[in-house]
Amino acid sequence: MIDELKNTMPIMIIGLTILSAILSQVFSNRPKFRDYLSVSITIFAIFLVFPLLNGVLNKEVIEFTLIQISPGLNICLSVDPAGMLFATLALALWLPATIYSIGYMRGHHESNQSRFYSAFALSIGAAVGVAFSSNLITFVLFYELLSLFTYPLVIHRQTDEAIKAGRKYLAYTLTGGIALVAGTAWIYSLGIEAKFEPGGFINPDEIGHSTSLFLFFLLFFGVSIKAAVMPLHSWLPNAMVAPTPVSALLHAVAVVKAGAFGVLRVLIFVFGATTLTDIGVAPIICVLASITLVAGSMLALRHDNLKRRLAYSTISHLSYIVLGIALLGPLALTGALLHLVGHGVTKITLFFCAGAIDVRTHKQNVSQIAGIGRQMPFTMTAFTLAALSMAGIPPFILFTSKWFLGSGAVQTGMYFYMFVYMFSGVISAAYLFPIIYRAFWVKSPDFPKFGEASATIVAPLIFTSILTLAWGLIPNSPFGFFSLIEIVVSIAFEARL
Amino acid sequence: MAAVFLSTALSFLGLNHVLENGEIRYALGGWAPPLGIEYVLDNISAFVSVVVTTISLLVIYATRHIVSAEISGHLSSFYCLVLLLLAGLTGIVVTGDLFNLFVFLEIASLAAYSLVFLGGRRAMLAGYRYLILGSIGGSLYLLGVAFIYFSTGTLNMSDVLYILNQQGASSSVSAGAIFIFAGLGLKMGLVPLHFWLPNAYTEAPSSVASLIAPIMTKVAAYSMLRMFISVFPEGYLINEVPIGLMLISLGSLGVLVGSIIAISQSNLRRMFAYSSISQLGLIAIGIGLATPLSFIAALLHIMNHAIMKALLFLVVSDINSRFKSEELKSLVGIGKVMKLNMIAFTIAAISMIGIPPTAGFFSKWYLALAAIDLNQWPVLIIILGSSLLTAVYIFRILENVFVKTADSESKNNQQSIDSKFGDAHELSLLNITPVLLILAISIIAIGIFNMLIITHILEPAL
Repeated sequence: MIDELKNTMPIMIIGLTILSAILSQVFSNRPKFRDYLSVSITIFAIFLVFPLLNGVLNKEVIEFTLIQISPGLNICLSVDPAGMLFATLALALWLPATIYSIGYMRGHHESNQSRFYSAFALSIGAAVGVAFSSNLITFVLFYELLSLFTYPLVIHRQTDEAIKAGRKYLAYTLTGGIALVAGTAWIYSLGIEAKFEPGGFINPDEIGHSTSLFLFFLLFFGVSIKAAVMPLHSWLPNAMVAPTPVSALLHAVAVVKAGAFGVLRVLIFVFGATTLTDIGVAPIICVLASITLVAGSMLALRHDNLKRRLAYSTISHLSYIVLGIALLGPLALTGALLHLVGHGVTKITLFFCAGAIDVRTHKQNVSQIAGIGRQMPFTMTAFTLAALSMAGIPPFILFTSKWFLGSGAVQTGMYFYMFVYMFSGVISAAYLFPIIYRAFWVKSPDFPKFGEASATIVAPLIFTSILTLAWGLIPNSPFGFFSLIEIVVSIAFEARL
Repeated sequence: MAAVFLSTALSFLGLNHVLENGEIRYALGGWAPPLGIEYVLDNISAFVSVVVTTISLLVIYATRHIVSAEISGHLSSFYCLVLLLLAGLTGIVVTGDLFNLFVFLEIASLAAYSLVFLGGRRAMLAGYRYLILGSIGGSLYLLGVAFIYFSTGTLNMSDVLYILNQQGASSSVSAGAIFIFAGLGLKMGLVPLHFWLPNAYTEAPSSVASLIAPIMTKVAAYSMLRMFISVFPEGYLINEVPIGLMLISLGSLGVLVGSIIAISQSNLRRMFAYSSISQLGLIAIGIGLATPLSFIAALLHIMNHAIMKALLFLVVSDINSRFKSEELKSLVGIGKVMKLNMIAFTIAAISMIGIPPTAGFFSKWYLALAAIDLNQWPVLIIILGSSLLTAVYIFRILENVFVKTADSESKNNQQSIDSKFGDAHELSLLNITPVLLILAISIIAIGIFNMLIITHILEPAL
């Protein structure tokens, strides 16, 4: 009975997001009630995570076929450790993001708030769907829905700039989606049931070397657009016109991590390490990712607009993950997955802080915020914690992940990439620490008086900044991230041996 | 209304019967088949007749108040023509006789020309053009049938198939095939024979356009499919005459030309007319690939496109009846006024692009699978690329509907609309909105449950 209930839980979580979206529309005339509702639904969804988590850690099979589209073509949700990791991250950060967006939207007097909350909830639902997809077609379904649902969020301000950014966003993500559809259709027409399994299901000996190479590029092109691997990254800085909670949760956690997660799925669960070595594409990805890694952080240095700077930093850090996966070693994969979690929580904090400053002072540029640390001490302390984590200072979570990534590079014998990681880590410090310096130590006499933003804004950002520290010290609490990662790594490379 | 309802009910009954008991053959007037005219209701014709009658029932119900506003004074002749049109279309679908198909094709076309004429002075020209080109199409088809008749001595489809299987290929039969397909291609609006279509759709009364656009060209496409399945022997149209190749290449051309022109339009209805040309290109590709899978894709797309286009054109006629304008600009801010209609519209629009889980995704999916099976890579690229082109014009519309805020000029416009809301609003809420919602829900339901349609209805027949 419990087991059966557990099978339906993934769909229940997605259902909750849909419910939240509908209720936001229904109660759009009663904003307070609507806001309470969406927060309580979020909390409820997080509670549903725990039994699933237990199940995964006990290696139970949790699977639920939603609908059969045609023989061998199922829309099917299942919970495996990798999906669980991503879904847990998205859901866990959904709560602070929801609370934060309530404060932000009120503080900014944004219009169309109900549309915002609906699209927000649906996007999270789609991201969870991406996480729990058990085969390629389901993955494509949710991946496309994710592009679609985030579009209203990108264009939320409805200015010309936002509309332009929205067009670009759609052009990129839909093109990626089509590449995925093409690759998926091809795989199905080869008669392969494209069910994700560690070690992959593509066998170049069966389907031919060039076919698998071509398939790989189709699929990788599809997922790397959302993961913002250069040269496919330019939608991301433009999408920063969206309200900050969107940038925080979606363009630091859900959407781009869906891309990084997609890279994981394609590399490890569709092709597998052996096949990738056979068809010899891993080095290409490594080079692409390291170019992105360095160039992203270099570009971040040049931008004065805080959100843009963070966007380029996101691009760079996503490639940490992509590179970590493409190195195809157990330690590197551990680091990549840990980085997926750690970067999510760190970057969301930074964006929250940028938004808090924006709401309170309407300042968006680094050069304008001298002395703000004294006026918004909590916000800027949280910012400092997150910045320390970004720079990879122990004991923050991104130190742990970078440690694993670096030793992974050594383990696979590719020392060069360790230097890439180190170099980019130094630049991370270079584009974040001056902000802290300016905020706390530069005095500006004509600076008007501001206080902290409202509690609904400050509480979430303090909460997530503490998480960057807490997850760094104890990566297993309370969601068992590290155990999940260990299982993923062991099943991914057990298949190889 | 009642007659249409009856025919819809009958076609459902027919479908049910065919599914349970196999095909029905009915000899008209009691003359035994090769001599007399025969009607055949098998899985495919039953399926298409259900689509045709259901869509027209819904459209006729939804546009009642628009019809009485648009075509005052000709009401009885309007409904008379509509019934004639339906008689022709269902006749085409169920007939098992080549010449009889011509007769019904002309009945339907004549009714369609006259319906277009109801649109006023400009429609006269468009309708006249439609008439000329349509008649040429009809004559080409007739010529083709004559060729077939000379070489086989029969007009009955299954008889022709039987005799052609015995005879093998001959140049006169091949010439007949070319004429038949040229004629049907013209009626279907296949590029480069599409010139009548955009004008006819745009100038016709909006209620007429929403009736003709979803079903008229689809029935011509269906007759093409019929030729492949039950008239010419298997492989004949691929190996002996390169009709399959022609359909694929012209279809691909149509997909590209149609959607690119659609992108540049500012009139909503003209945009959808060109989008029809591009979607019909997809259907033509499906027919031309000529594998069971691609036939399934084509049939599925006939149904999906009929539903989507019915929805889109109904929205346009609703907007036209209220705003007296079909320009893209007039849509600004409409998303707030007509919420339910626009949600339905969005679902249809997304399905046009082909995003899962809507119906439009799955017909493209099967088409893509068929193209991959045959190693037709350029076709695959066109099928998938068409999604992107479609997305460009669809999102142009959606931006206007939901995103752009009204400037002062259209604000005045808005106020005048708000004041005019009274009757028109009530009527459209009663008539159009429920139909739109039914169509939108069926788009998603068909997307999710399309396997049932395929395994129960289409697959056994192919």
